[in-house]
Parts: sequence; C-alpha cells; structure tokens
Amino acid sequence: MTEPIVVVLLIEDEAPMRRMLRAALDPGHWQLAEAATAREGLAQAASRNPDLILLDLGLPDGDGLDVTRRIREWSAVPIIVLSARGREADKVAALDAGADDYLTKPFGVDELLARMRVALRHSARIEGVAEPVFEVDGLRVDLAERRVTVRGTAVHLTPLEYKLLVALVRHAGKVLTHRALLREVWGPNAQNQTHYLRVYMTQLRHKLEADPARPRILLTEPGVGYRLQDS
Amino acid sequence: MNDRRLDPDTILARLKHDEARARRGTLKIFFGANPGVGKTFAMLEEARARRADGKDVVVGVVETHGRRETESLIAGLEVLPRRVIDYRGVELQEFDLDAALLRAPAILLVDELAHTNATGSRHLKRWQDVEELLAAGISIYTTLNVQHLESLNDIVAQITGTLVRETVPDAVFDGADEVELADLTPDDLLQRMEQGKVYGAEQAGRAREGFFRKGNLIALRELALRRVAERVDAQMRGYRSEQGIQAIWPTGDRLLVCVGPNPSGGRLLRAAHRMATRLHCEWVALHVEMPGRGLSPADREVLVDNLRLAEELGALTVTRQGQETADEILAYAHEHNISRIIVGKPTHPRWRDLFGRGSLLDRLVRGSGDVDVYVMTGEIENTATRRRPSIRRSSPVAEYGYAAAVVAACTLISWLVFRHLTLTDVAMVYLLGSVVVASRCGRGPSLLATIVGIALFDFFFVPPSFTFAVSDLQFLSTFGVMLVIALVISGFTVRVREQGAFARERESRTAALYAMSRELGSADGLEALLEAAGRHIGDAFGSAAQILLPDSSGQVAPQADRPTAYPIDEKERSVAQWTFRQGQLAGLGTDTLPTASALYLPLQGAERVVGVLGIRPPDESRFQDPAQRQLLEAFAAQVALLLERSALTERSRLSQLEVEAERLRTALLSSLSHDLRTPLAGITGAATSLLQDGETMRPEFRHDLLQTVVEEAKRMNRLIGNLLDMIRVETQTLVVQREWQPLEEPVGVALIRMDDALQGRAVTVDLPADLPLVSIDGLLIEQVLINLLENAIKYTPAGSPLEIAARVGDGEIEVSLADRGPGLPPGEEGRIFEKFYRAPDPTPSAGIGLGLTICRGIVRAHGGRIWAENRSGGGAVFRFTLPMLGSPPALPPREVEASA
Repeated sequence: MTEPIVVVLLIEDEAPMRRMLRAALDPGHWQLAEAATAREGLAQAASRNPDLILLDLGLPDGDGLDVTRRIREWSAVPIIVLSARGREADKVAALDAGADDYLTKPFGVDELLARMRVALRHSARIEGVAEPVFEVDGLRVDLAERRVTVRGTAVHLTPLEYKLLVALVRHAGKVLTHRALLREVWGPNAQNQTHYLRVYMTQLRHKLEADPARPRILLTEPGVGYRLQDS
Repeated sequence: MNDRRLDPDTILARLKHDEARARRGTLKIFFGANPGVGKTFAMLEEARARRADGKDVVVGVVETHGRRETESLIAGLEVLPRRVIDYRGVELQEFDLDAALLRAPAILLVDELAHTNATGSRHLKRWQDVEELLAAGISIYTTLNVQHLESLNDIVAQITGTLVRETVPDAVFDGADEVELADLTPDDLLQRMEQGKVYGAEQAGRAREGFFRKGNLIALRELALRRVAERVDAQMRGYRSEQGIQAIWPTGDRLLVCVGPNPSGGRLLRAAHRMATRLHCEWVALHVEMPGRGLSPADREVLVDNLRLAEELGALTVTRQGQETADEILAYAHEHNISRIIVGKPTHPRWRDLFGRGSLLDRLVRGSGDVDVYVMTGEIENTATRRRPSIRRSSPVAEYGYAAAVVAACTLISWLVFRHLTLTDVAMVYLLGSVVVASRCGRGPSLLATIVGIALFDFFFVPPSFTFAVSDLQFLSTFGVMLVIALVISGFTVRVREQGAFARERESRTAALYAMSRELGSADGLEALLEAAGRHIGDAFGSAAQILLPDSSGQVAPQADRPTAYPIDEKERSVAQWTFRQGQLAGLGTDTLPTASALYLPLQGAERVVGVLGIRPPDESRFQDPAQRQLLEAFAAQVALLLERSALTERSRLSQLEVEAERLRTALLSSLSHDLRTPLAGITGAATSLLQDGETMRPEFRHDLLQTVVEEAKRMNRLIGNLLDMIRVETQTLVVQREWQPLEEPVGVALIRMDDALQGRAVTVDLPADLPLVSIDGLLIEQVLINLLENAIKYTPAGSPLEIAARVGDGEIEVSLADRGPGLPPGEEGRIFEKFYRAPDPTPSAGIGLGLTICRGIVRAHGGRIWAENRSGGGAVFRFTLPMLGSPPALPPREVEASA
C-alpha cells in the first residue's frame, strides 16, 4: 500500500538541524520544505500548503509564537513546536496559541516521527469520524456506551473524571495544556484552578493505572500539561 | 646623636603633600606696601609674558582704577565677563567664580585678594574664591597690600590710624607658591601720585592728607619688606628640612593663648600669632567655659569672632569646660607640653583679688612651674565665660513667687511658735528659709528671700515689734551675720546646683553620642544607619538633620524613597555638593553660601569625604556657639566613621563574593574542559570511524558505535542541563513558580524519566493517601528527585533497592530517598552538597559534582532544608523538607460516583 506523500514545512534557523531532518525524513514518504526565517516560513506556509509544520520557537527575525498565531488565522495545519528545555512557558504559550504539540531539543528521530504521525492522524480525524472505542495498555474507553474498563474490569468514574478522561481520549497522543483541559472540563471560569485538574488527574490515575506512582497511560508533561498515551 | 635622615612617616606625608600640590594650581601673589606701587602692573606684565610663552592666560578680574598704563596692558588678554548682582537696587559687578571654573584656564588673574564679595556670592571673601580655583587646578595671579594681612592688621591700624576691615589670613599668604614684591620708594610713589598716575587729582589730594603721608609710607614699606623677608626665611628652612637638614633651632615650643569674649582679644591673638611665627611653633587658642551664668548674645558673638580669628591666624582652637579657669589652663598646658602661656593684662580693680583664692593671673603664675607666662594687653578676666546650662529652670516670676511664699511661711511659723522660742531660734527659721529658696531658685530670689526675711524678722520679732526700729544695737550684728551666712550658703547651694546641671548637660551630650554610636553600630544596613543617625543628631540638637550620600556620579542627595528631615531644593543641594567636594563646612552661619537654610558638615572619613550632614537649627545662631559646633562635629565624625565602616563591610562582602565567583569560574572551566570533552571524544571517535569504515563494518559493530554516540550525547545533554541549573541556582535567578499540587505528580514524572537508568531496580514509593497538596514548583522538585535518583544510581550497586517516602512533619513535608548502598563516608555528610564535590573514589559514571548542589539550591529556594545521613542497617538516606505555606486552596465538592 502506498501512502500519499506528506509535505512537511520545517521552519528552523539552525542549518545542522535542517540537515539532520533532511536525512531523517525518508523522501519516499515525506517531502521536506525548508525555511530559515519566520518571514520565509510564513511565505512558504501560504504557497506550499504543507500537511505539517515543524516550527522552531527561537527564530532570528521573530518569535515562533507569532508565526503560530499568524498561520492559525487562515489554516488548521498541524504545527509541532521545537524548543529547548527550560522554556516551558514558551511551549505553553505556543500550544495555547494553537500549536498541536511540542518536542524538546535534543530529541530522537523516533520520537519526532511518532509525534508527527499523531498530529497527522488528528488532523485527519477532524474531517472523518471519531473512533467510538479507544484502547491502550489494558484501558478501554467506549465513548458510545460511556463505559470504562481496565483489563476487563469496569471502573466507576465520577462525571468530572469521565469528562476529563474523554477530553484526553479525544486528543490521545497529543499534549493538552492545563489551561486547555480546564477550559474543556470545568469551563472558561476555572482556567487558573490547576490544582482541580491535578487532584482529579491523581484520582483518575489511582483508578486506571496499574502503578499510580509510575503512570504509563496518563502522562504528565512537566510544566505544560498532560498527554494520554496513544497506542 | 640626632639621626638626620627623615623618618618614613615624614617622607610619606611630604609625598602626599606634594601630590596634593601637583593637582593644585599655583598661587602667585604680587605683594606691595600700599596702593599705587605697581602690583597690578607687574601682574599684567607677567601675564603678558606667560601669554607670549603660549600659556592660556585669562583675566578674571582686574581693577584698573582708571589708570591708562594698566588698561593698555589688559588689551589683548581674554577677560571674563563680570557677574552682575542686584544688591538693593544697586547693580554690582562681581568676579564670576563659576564662569572661571568652567573656563578653567591655565592661569587666571584675580586682582585684590582681600576683596569682600557682594552679598549673595558663594563666598564672603575673594581669597576663598581663589582657594576654590586653586583646588580646581587653576593657577592664580593676584595682588595684595600689606595692610590686608590679618596678623599685621592691628599694627597697620596703629601706624595709619585707619582700621582695615578687609583682611586675608596669613596662611593664604604663607601658602602661596610665589610672592613677588612690587616695591617703590615713598618718594617715587608720591611723585607718581603728583603726576596723577595713582588716583585722579582730587582724590590724590585727599589721599596725601591721610593714608599717603610719607611717614606712613615708610613704615608700611618696612612692614612689607620684613614680611617678605620672613617668608624667604621660612622657605630657607623648608628647603633645609626637605634636604634632610635638621632645623638648627629644634624648638619644642608650643604657645597657648587664653581667649575670652573680649573685644580687644584680636590684639592678643595677633601678638600671639607674631610670637608663634617668630618662634616657628604651633599655637593654641584656649577658651575655658565655666558652669554658671549665661553669656550674653553680644559676648558670645565676640567670643565666636575671636575664636574664628584665632583659627584664621593658624591657631588650634580648643574649648575646655571647668570650674577654675586657672586650673584648666594649667592642666591643658601640662597635658600638651605647652611652653609659653599668653594672657591679657588684668584690668579689674585690685580689691577683687582680695576675695576668693586670688587673681587668675596670680594663680596662673604660681601654678605655671616651668611654663613661661606672658602678659599682654587685653583683659584677662574675660578669658573664661560663664555659660548657663541649657537645662532651663522655671520662669523667674515663679521663682520670686516661690521665694516670697517661703519667707511668708517662715514668718507664719515663727509667729505661731514665737512664745516658745528665743529670737535666735527665729533667726534660724529665716536662715532655713533662705537655704530652701537657694536650693530651688537662682541667685536673685535667694537674695530677695534673705533680705526680705531679715526685714520681716526685724519688723515682727525684734523689739520693738511692728517697727523697723531696733532697740538693741546688738541685733544689727545679728542681721549682718544672718545676711553673710545666708548669702554664703545660698551661694554654695546655687553653685552646687549649677554644677549638677552642668554635669547633667555634659552627661546628656555624652549619653546622646554614646546612644547614637551604639544604635548605629548595631544598625542593620545603610538605610537604617542613615535613618538612626539623622534622628539622633536631630534630637541631640533640637534641629532637623539628615545625611546626604553621593551617588555613583558623585552627586550628593538625600536617600530617595524616604521623607527628608527638611526640604532639600536645588540650592540646598548645591551647598551640600560644595561641602562634599571641598570637605569644608558651608551654609547657614558660615562664610560660604550663608544664605542656605541649613548648616552642612562634611562627613570626613579616614580616606575621603563619605557624605554630608545637613542640619537645620530652629534658630540661626545655634551653631555659632563653638561648644555646640564642636559637639556637632563629634557627632559628624562618629557618623563618618560608621559610614566608612559600613562601606568597608560592603566592600569586603563583595570581594568575598568575588572570590566565590572566581572559584566557581575556575571549577566551571575545568569541568567544561574535562567533563564535556569526554563524551564529545566518544561521539567524535564513533562518528569518524562510521564515516570511514561504515560501509564495510559488521552491523553489530556499527550498532555499538551508534549506541555510543546516542548515549554520550545524552550524557552531555545532562551535564549541560546541570551546568545551566547550577548557574541559575548560583546567580539567584532561580524563579520558583509555585502551584498547589499533589507530591505524587513530580515523583511520578521523575520515576518515569529515570525508568531506563533504574534498569529494573525495585523502587518502593510510600506516599500517604492523606498527604496534603504542596505549594511547589513541580519542575524544580522533579529535578531534585531526578538528581537524587541519579546520585543513588551512581553510588549504589546495580539492582539494590531504593525507597521514596514522604511524611507530614511540623509545618512541613519531609521527603526522603533511601538506599542500601555503601553509605556516606563518615564526616562527609555536609560536604556532599558542596559544588564540584565528588566521592573520594568516584565511579566512572560520576558527573561533575553539581547534582546535589542544585538540589540544595532548589530546596532552599523553596524555603526547605536538605541533608543526608547514614541509615541503620546500611545505606544512606537523603531527606529534604518543603514548608507548608498557608492552607491548600479549596477543592470542588466531592462528586457522587456515577459511572455508566
């Protein structure tokens, strides 16, 4: 089965990073467009109509956050942000501005490819129909039946726990910022009550995880938010 | 045997002096016996010559007096415009000091050194302007007549019969680098006057009648020549001493002159100055302040003037307090090796010496031992002043009322018990009354009580009663004795009381000084120190006081964001600035910028002026009193000392930090060069061999090499992360973003991230279910846990178990990580948290010794503690605490579990 070629736009000012990705992305599957500045990146995003954008947050002629906002004005193309450790606030801002995911430099190519696939799947899902059943690592969530089981055993969840879980399932594999989750589950007035979210997440882990002290399904993205492990 | 070599201190002092001189401009005085001898002319000629040499010569101010010759010399020289001062509607043209400072020529001509500036100028006198110009490095040419020299002022007055008010301190003349005598014989001068070259014809006639009589001219010329000769003599001595030639006359002489509020004190002081100059010795002007009756404002003014004159003449002025003037003078003389004492002639009537312990002069002479006593014209009794202690008594009216009441009471008591008493007893009652009054009131009320008491005694009790007539003459002697006894007793009582008050006042001053230095000594930080100093000084002098410190550009200003003790506008600030720059008193009550609202004292530290004390008294004359001013200076000196100490402490703290930073830099450099290169070497090696033989290499080798690249890159990433964290911790740029969260979350993240490194070790996690939320920065605490785990992995055998636990303590949560490794080396428990510490026997995987330091930095930033100890049963346990700040925010109400 031949998959369609995916156009990836890489906006990154570091030449070694660009060379690395050029080598890593199989030309049979990915078609890489490169831009070294924010301006060039925006121009190419408009002209090449990419399927995915990899965006470095530290660009010489403007910050990536701005690029994200500008692109979101006219396109829903998945954007994965690349940034250094210790810049968690930047990542959160980029995600809140509309980016789909982030990767911390340095990263492995395997990790990058996994994230790219998740992002592409989500963008496809928006157009198609959401899967009614989600399964990972012994956890099964039946959205149609509103039924949650762990290794075959039914689990009782409170309405908010369930709502939180559904929000995560809907974006499985993608990072969700604290803000985004709070807005989705508790409504726009609770955006700063992160401790609600943390407490519910702990409760959820105790009900769903085999070892709540080492969560494998409900992952914490330190300083940013949470991510549901995707299959 | 005299060692002729100079001692090092003298050489050092001379070097410093030379250094100060080198920065200073030079002063050249064109000196003459009287007007018209050609001083200005000589000055201008010299200026033209310098100008021809290419020097930058500017005329600051030159009075031509309409002489054409002089005017022609000015032509071609740059002349500074004068400053126009409006003085009560009259336009005065004055020398513009600021313009001169701004123009800063190499040589500036400032005519008539003795000139008094118009009101509103910065300094009272022109010589003060010149001092400031010299200090700014500008060389000055100026002119001066002999009659304007302070020390010769009175002699000139005797010769010419005219008292010259404009005088220049001798120190300025003696300190001049060059003095050129402009000399003209009296005959030539008179001839020049005839020709109208000195004054206009009409003026010349008048002048010849008065000042310019030939006799005067000869005498003045002699004075001028002698004064210049003295200077040459002094130069000779200076030269000899500089060349290491000991003075031929090693006089150990020190002169002491006694000063009081005597209008003719100036004569005494000038005489003393002349004597000191001839003997080439130091001299001291001593004033003795006695507890007792106050000094009238007029007397105080005279005293202040005299002391100021003494200072201008180069004396050291000293004020001592004491009971007996003669004793104080002699005590000072003995303490300070005074060889000669100069006092004024007594002018009081002789009979006064019969009372008391003899005249001051008599006692001074008798007690002087081997000190010579010189008596000169000028009243001696006024050498000492009586000063009323500033502790105020009740009002005089109240005191007289009290005296009257006591006398009335005595009369009443005597009247009631009269029949049981003899007349002698009644006299005793009145005597008692006098003493009672004296013990509370001043001399006046005491005297009143005594006299009225005797009168009433006579009237009511001495037969015949109810008349002032006395039947028996023996009662007259009783009255006399009563009067004498009452006066003597009340005199003693009053004096004792005054002494007490005086001692109390001195005590309270000393106490105020002590209290200030104690509080300032313990003041925490500069702010507190300034605040306390201002408050103490203000309280001690009943004034508003504040301290102004220089900013980085040397501009003094009161501390920002703090209310000022009194308003500081631009004018006040500029006075303070002047004080700071010149290191001299200025402002209210001084000769410099006296229109300021406050007095400004330099805070003179050991090295330099550290700030300015501004003090605004409620009345202008407060600090005219030398004792008050000296006390104020004592306070200022104390503050300066403490300010300097605080600056030194700050400097040593900074240098300590510097040393610490230097150590860190060195360690960082070595760690960068070694620890970062090691993984880099692995990566480079693996990558180059792959490039070279990648095609032919066996797949498993290739895989190994690639694995090395990945692992070494990861290790390098960790090292860099640690270095960055370290820098954030060390430079205090670590920002703790607290959020309420369950501890389980960072623990979970740390365990997941360390999953690979743990390689299946058993890690038990014991977090109580009821552990409250903690307010922490999740990312940072996660870093602490990761570093502790990494540390445990490095130093414990593979596969050995680890335990993470938490428990609620007293207002804090304690988190621990325990292992079953070899434990900590004894005595090293504290050191392991130090920067770049590594175990004595590091494993190959050891990092750069920053992990635990970072942990400590993060935990401390959270307000907690971190420590390590050995466990019973083997192994080590690392513990850290997180304080529970406030109570966790409310959680949404619990829901009913309602799953499908």
